[in-house]
Amino acid sequence: MTQKLVIIGAGMASGRVIEHLLDADPGAYDITLFNAEPRGNYNRIMLSPVLSGEKIYEEIVTHSDDWYVERGITCRFGEHVVKIDREMKVVEGENGHVPYDKLVIATGSAPFIIPVPGHDLPGVISYRDLDDTNAMIEAAAKGGKAVVIGGGLLGLEAAAGLKERGMDVTVLHLMGHLMERQLDEAAGYLLRKDLEARGITVKTQASTKAILGEDRARAVLLESGETLGADLVVMAVGIRPETRLANDAHLDVARGIEVNAQMQTSDPDIYAVGECVEFDGHLFGLVAPLYDQAKVLADSLLGRPNVFVVKELATKLKVTGCDLFSAGDFAEGETREDIVFRDPARGIYKRLVIEDDKLMGAVMYGDTADGSWFFGLIKDGTEIEEMRETLIFGPAFQGGASADPLSAVAALPPEAEICGCNGVCKGQITSAIEGGATDLGAIRATTKASASCGTCTGLVEQLLSVTLGDGYAAPQAQPICGCTQHTHEDVRRLIKSQELKSQAAVWQELGWTTPNGCHVCRPAVNYYLLADWPLEYRDDPQSRFVNERKHANIQKDGTFSVVPRMWGGITTPDELRAIADAADKYDVPTVKVTGGQRIDLLGVRGEDLPGIWSDLNRAGLVSGHAYSKGLRTVKTCVGTDHCRFGTQDSTGLGIKLEKHLWGAWTPHKLKLAVSGCPRNCAEATCKDIGVVCVDSGYEIHVGGAAGMEIKGTEVLCKVTSEEEAVEVISAMTQIYRENARYLDRIYKWLARVGLDWVKAQIVDDLENRRALAERFALSQSVYRKDPWAEHAQNSTTRAQYAPLANLTLEAAE
Amino acid sequence: MNWIDIGQIDDIPLHGARVVKTPVGCVALFRTGEDEVFAADDRCPHKGGPLSEGIVHGQSVTCPLHNWVFDLNTGQAQGADEGRIGTYPVRVEGGRLLIDGDAIGKRSAA
Repeated sequence: MTQKLVIIGAGMASGRVIEHLLDADPGAYDITLFNAEPRGNYNRIMLSPVLSGEKIYEEIVTHSDDWYVERGITCRFGEHVVKIDREMKVVEGENGHVPYDKLVIATGSAPFIIPVPGHDLPGVISYRDLDDTNAMIEAAAKGGKAVVIGGGLLGLEAAAGLKERGMDVTVLHLMGHLMERQLDEAAGYLLRKDLEARGITVKTQASTKAILGEDRARAVLLESGETLGADLVVMAVGIRPETRLANDAHLDVARGIEVNAQMQTSDPDIYAVGECVEFDGHLFGLVAPLYDQAKVLADSLLGRPNVFVVKELATKLKVTGCDLFSAGDFAEGETREDIVFRDPARGIYKRLVIEDDKLMGAVMYGDTADGSWFFGLIKDGTEIEEMRETLIFGPAFQGGASADPLSAVAALPPEAEICGCNGVCKGQITSAIEGGATDLGAIRATTKASASCGTCTGLVEQLLSVTLGDGYAAPQAQPICGCTQHTHEDVRRLIKSQELKSQAAVWQELGWTTPNGCHVCRPAVNYYLLADWPLEYRDDPQSRFVNERKHANIQKDGTFSVVPRMWGGITTPDELRAIADAADKYDVPTVKVTGGQRIDLLGVRGEDLPGIWSDLNRAGLVSGHAYSKGLRTVKTCVGTDHCRFGTQDSTGLGIKLEKHLWGAWTPHKLKLAVSGCPRNCAEATCKDIGVVCVDSGYEIHVGGAAGMEIKGTEVLCKVTSEEEAVEVISAMTQIYRENARYLDRIYKWLARVGLDWVKAQIVDDLENRRALAERFALSQSVYRKDPWAEHAQNSTTRAQYAPLANLTLEAAE
Repeated sequence: MNWIDIGQIDDIPLHGARVVKTPVGCVALFRTGEDEVFAADDRCPHKGGPLSEGIVHGQSVTCPLHNWVFDLNTGQAQGADEGRIGTYPVRVEGGRLLIDGDAIGKRSAA
């Protein structure tokens, strides 16, 4: 028989309980869900990215209204529960009673408010839920000063978010260093330095005495007597379990609602889960144990045996650019030993705490890549004596480096999907391997796994080594394709050293096994030749992918998209009229504004391309190269022209750069942006090359990405004039053109050669910088021209866009 | 056989292709590096990609949409992909391109 289940609180823990229940037995319970917030379950962990503006609320919703409706859950959102009547087994909401057979309390936690005078003034906000977040976003929109009380995880995320939104932020922390529960002093120092570098003021050992103001908060008074002006005060000193309802119902409550390992409270029909519970003396604030609890609770509700166990936890701070990791226990002690690694120049600090040949704790700042490996050693209580000498350098130095990922791959079930693009699962790959496909190329040929985006290549290689054992030696370097034994790097090197200046010379001298390559190697070789011999070698359109041959992007129905260039994102009424006229004339079905600040005409028929180009050319519009592995756009903000924050003429510099770089072929697409101030409205820090203008000049950033992978840029250097910026960027583009392997974006290539090498070449060595910029200029003397005009005006080329013959018409003659 | 003159070989770029519209649909004429000419359906059986826009290598063409490779002699998809494109008799005589009208559903106009 269906029982009645009432859940108080729609947070991440109870949301997971509902998912487990419905997965296991959708008919077991008739569920009523109360939530004091007027909305369902969302991912609270992601509130910080919402605050900083990196995400919006809709992106962090876990369960939409429809989700509840489809599952027949009665939602009482925005309604507070008044009391729990255990005698009658009824939950009393503001709008009426609901009887229960089983009750789950998931009321979460409440922010801890320091009861100083003025704590209840308007303008004092805690940081717990979406309403708090929105209140902060609204306050930040007015600008001014914010004081964040509390230098723990939440406080720092709030501070970083408010700074990101343009406020002047001070963090007050009672203890000697930030995040003292997760970090030791040295890591706390580095974190403080990073935050201060972003312009956040940090005051430690700062005790708040009062919040001052008549009608609203105006300032914070410290015990030291110092007064800090404040338009907004955020209280983020901690949280406590929300136990009011449980207390009133006379359940056993210590700091939290006490539960046993089945998540049952002192009343056998009432369960509790999440941040409101206390188990075995522990309170819970991170999501992993909450999810464990949710699984146990769902099992308990379904009468299945399961027990909740407290596990070790690791912490990460969600502030973009502050990389820290902490796990286990790192307090000092007589029987404990430390291993410490520091790299002051790069701001890296790692400390391992060891007791009895076991790793007890790890703190890392600046480079946390090995965090999960260390965390595993702590959790498993691994004996580390053998690897103690190199322990701090991480798994890569332990010989059996790949042991962990390999066992993970080995443990996957045969139906686990490995290649998402082609829907190939592990079983298909292992049977292909058993059928004789013993290297990556053979796997690709027989199953298509890793043949599309390639991000699963590592997994496929691991499968090869798991399945073949010692029989598989992962090749150090993969040849370009099946046509040659040479790697991309070898081919590039040989083209230069042997002065190979034609495709035929490459095929012959480098021993290609096919007459003229294939669709993988030929575009690469064509690019290498034109990049190294701009005057001697002529670009071969037939060795290019269709988009670059036809100078338009092919769409899934075989039509094309046409994107005219808008220098720096600036356009004119005349240009817009020409685009509108072209769209009308050629029946363009879709006109879309792109992310690169221009307009895309989608659905143009192949044979119409020369015509639409001629029309656009007449209005002065040229190809935007939206299809090329070459310079795409230079995105800009309005800078000093209009913006009250602008420090330099970002639009002007963007246009200058675009006019200088357009037409250049590069190993992969090249996107630039110029932001007029560190608010970075042009998003320069996720571009291949970005410029962030500051009062004293121009910061040049490189190696960002915002596609299949997301990566912030690193600073290459800072220069003081536009001319210098253009020269550095020319040199950067050219060194990338000359050295990267085909289809590597700058960030991927940088991962191979290292930013330091590039800096040595073009920041420190001025002569080399100039030489690179000159070689770029030479190449541009050939390629800086509009391919649309060339194709539209040349009758032979133009003819190739039309059918060779039309044999369907003659029948009518 | 019913040979129809549709143009000259130099109308097709080396390692390239051109399209001929026929009663059976678009047919692509491919010209290889060795100046051989092949005629086949201009439609990939996978997702309908226009094969005439693909890269021609050896006696094969790669579909521009998802990299299926077809042998132009047989029309068979290569590697893991299963599928076939129709091929049509074509020949080059004195630089002129001749296609078999019967095969493309074209009765003699004469």
